[in-house]
Amino acid sequence: MYLYDDLDRTLVAERVADFRDQVGRRLSGELTEDEFKPLRLMNGVYLQLHAYMLRISIPYGTLSSAQLRKLAHVARTYDRGYGHFTTRTNIQFHWIKLEQLPNAMADLASVGMHGMQTSGNNVRNVTTDQWAGVAPDEIEDPRIYAEVIRQHVTLHPEFSFMPRKFKIAVGSAAHDRAALRIHDLALRLHRNGAGELGFEVMVGGGLGRTPFLAKTIKPFLLKRDVLSYVEAVLRTYNQFGRRDNIWKARIKILVHDLGAEAFAKEVETEWRTIKDGPLALDNAVFAEIAGRFRYPDYVPLDDAPRALAEARRADRAFDVWFGNSVTNHKVPGYCIVTLSLKPEGGTPGDATAEQMDAIADLADRYSFGEIRVGHEQNLTLPHVAQRDLPALWRKLADIGVATPNVNLISDIISCPGLDYCSLANARSIPIAQQIASRFRDRNLARELGRLHINISGCINACGHHHVGHIGILGVEKNGEEFYQITLGGKADEDAKLGTLIGPAVPFAQVADVVEDIAAAYVELRERPDELFIDTVQRTGVEPFKERVYATR
Amino acid sequence: MPLVKSGQIVEDRYVRALDDAPIPDGAPVIVQAARFLADAAELVARDAPIGVLWPNDRRVAELAPWLDELALVALHFPKFKDGRAYSQARLLREHYGYRGELRATGDVLRDQFQFLLRAGFDSFEVRKPADALVFAAAAARYSVFYQPSADGRPPALRRRLQHGGSPAVRTREAV
Repeated sequence: MYLYDDLDRTLVAERVADFRDQVGRRLSGELTEDEFKPLRLMNGVYLQLHAYMLRISIPYGTLSSAQLRKLAHVARTYDRGYGHFTTRTNIQFHWIKLEQLPNAMADLASVGMHGMQTSGNNVRNVTTDQWAGVAPDEIEDPRIYAEVIRQHVTLHPEFSFMPRKFKIAVGSAAHDRAALRIHDLALRLHRNGAGELGFEVMVGGGLGRTPFLAKTIKPFLLKRDVLSYVEAVLRTYNQFGRRDNIWKARIKILVHDLGAEAFAKEVETEWRTIKDGPLALDNAVFAEIAGRFRYPDYVPLDDAPRALAEARRADRAFDVWFGNSVTNHKVPGYCIVTLSLKPEGGTPGDATAEQMDAIADLADRYSFGEIRVGHEQNLTLPHVAQRDLPALWRKLADIGVATPNVNLISDIISCPGLDYCSLANARSIPIAQQIASRFRDRNLARELGRLHINISGCINACGHHHVGHIGILGVEKNGEEFYQITLGGKADEDAKLGTLIGPAVPFAQVADVVEDIAAAYVELRERPDELFIDTVQRTGVEPFKERVYATR
Repeated sequence: MPLVKSGQIVEDRYVRALDDAPIPDGAPVIVQAARFLADAAELVARDAPIGVLWPNDRRVAELAPWLDELALVALHFPKFKDGRAYSQARLLREHYGYRGELRATGDVLRDQFQFLLRAGFDSFEVRKPADALVFAAAAARYSVFYQPSADGRPPALRRRLQHGGSPAVRTREAV
């Protein structure tokens, strides 16, 4: 956990007071809705189909149990008893009244939470690996750098009115769990030939109607230079990014139009003028930030204790869940547990206030009071003693977050879609529910193995459909919902955009199409352990396309 | 449109000579970028202060040779949401070391005051009179800042280090 001090708390309190004043001026008519809009957006408040939506920032996906309880309180007091975890590792509440927003924010501020920069044309929540700090394959905890950047860009006087939103991700492990290449700016920590730590800098990734994977503009940047370089990128974008057309305003278009090399040169020129100024960071700064992260007092425990093996032998359901939802931890005797927020028939990423409270209690008892949110819209308990797993599993199952479908076909990433969002062209959640229901047979889902389905209800691609192994995009044709299907996308260290397989299909046929694709995969794979994504890469989309459209 | 300077509503002593309007003798005057660059040597040699109205899509590097002689640079916000002039302001103050008056014009509203001050602006043509009246309060909404900028106030990170750093850092040093 990162511990806020008086300075952080003062800033959040001042932000609440600021927003209370702005809401007051809106309610009195002093501000028009047009004038109010950019102000509320800077605090994570959207006007949606039915009500205002409040999005709360969860920096780099780390939550304390006290924070999760406060989110439960907000869900219960100001909303309809649940919240929705997003692919940006934030949480949003869809039914909040404008008059009550300042009070909700004040309640959140009491645990250091806020909605700052969860929308608007500024730097959004800095995301990272949900296993940061506990993953065996990481070089250093990437949250230290995410926090350095978070602080620097919060209420930044120069970058609060950029051409468009700006998303930053930081990774530091061999395996990319932060979807680095789909971000406006991504930093990957690694060592150079001299053994120094630094970042590979990638820019211009993003999905939406013009998807691009980020390009590397600097293979190695010393840690000391991370803020000055980020500043140079943002300054270049703020001045030269397009503002005449909202669809061409993201940095990916600027990078594409100028070319990555010319863009890099522009950034480099600016960076050289500021790199040795006040933004140059020394070890004292990193130590200061790192010193605010609290790590658990792990106790020496046996790895793979006998009791665990016995419990697995004794209970098949526990064993299946263990095989699916439990991951290695860097400390012996501990493990990382993923809580599926994708129960059959549910809405991907939703959690009720009761579930949040219960998970907070379980985190206190079994995970040193810490919870993580991942971009796949599941939660994680990052520090669980392996010997506690059987007891924890029963309690997770009791509250409906132990569905053993993590990374399987029903672990679907979905945006809220037309059920909530005023931008959507088509529904997303009912599609996710139909697919989950079609593959409810857990043996079948396990047989299919790792398979990521991503659903977006419009071209803005909040469900990241371009990087789904199976991507589903809702479009509207003559007032009806249709869905385009792409195959072969992925967001890991070997990121790729999916390939469209053919004409869009109507709402009622989407689950059938997914079933056809799954059946084709089972026939096409060379061995039972060839993953779906590997089969698609080996064969291309043609054989899948033939199968899907043969009878349509 | 009230002008706020040093936190007070003041009379604007500058005359705007837009397009080809005649430039009055002996009076402080503001001209547009193209006209200024065309006649810069002559304009800065007048015996009255000269200011330039600079658009937000032109590099401020072009002004660099004249910054010592310019009394005022006015940067423009065509819309509240268009933040290009924040970058221009910081470049003028921090990179080119401009010390003259830096004025915000256009869609300048209460909720930008603190950002504008931090980016280096020191005068403001405020669109709404009510906003100008509450300038001092609106400009003091925040007391904590996370980043160094043109106003020279120390960011939170430096303030913490001056006070001995995080608890863990202090503990290590004590041991």
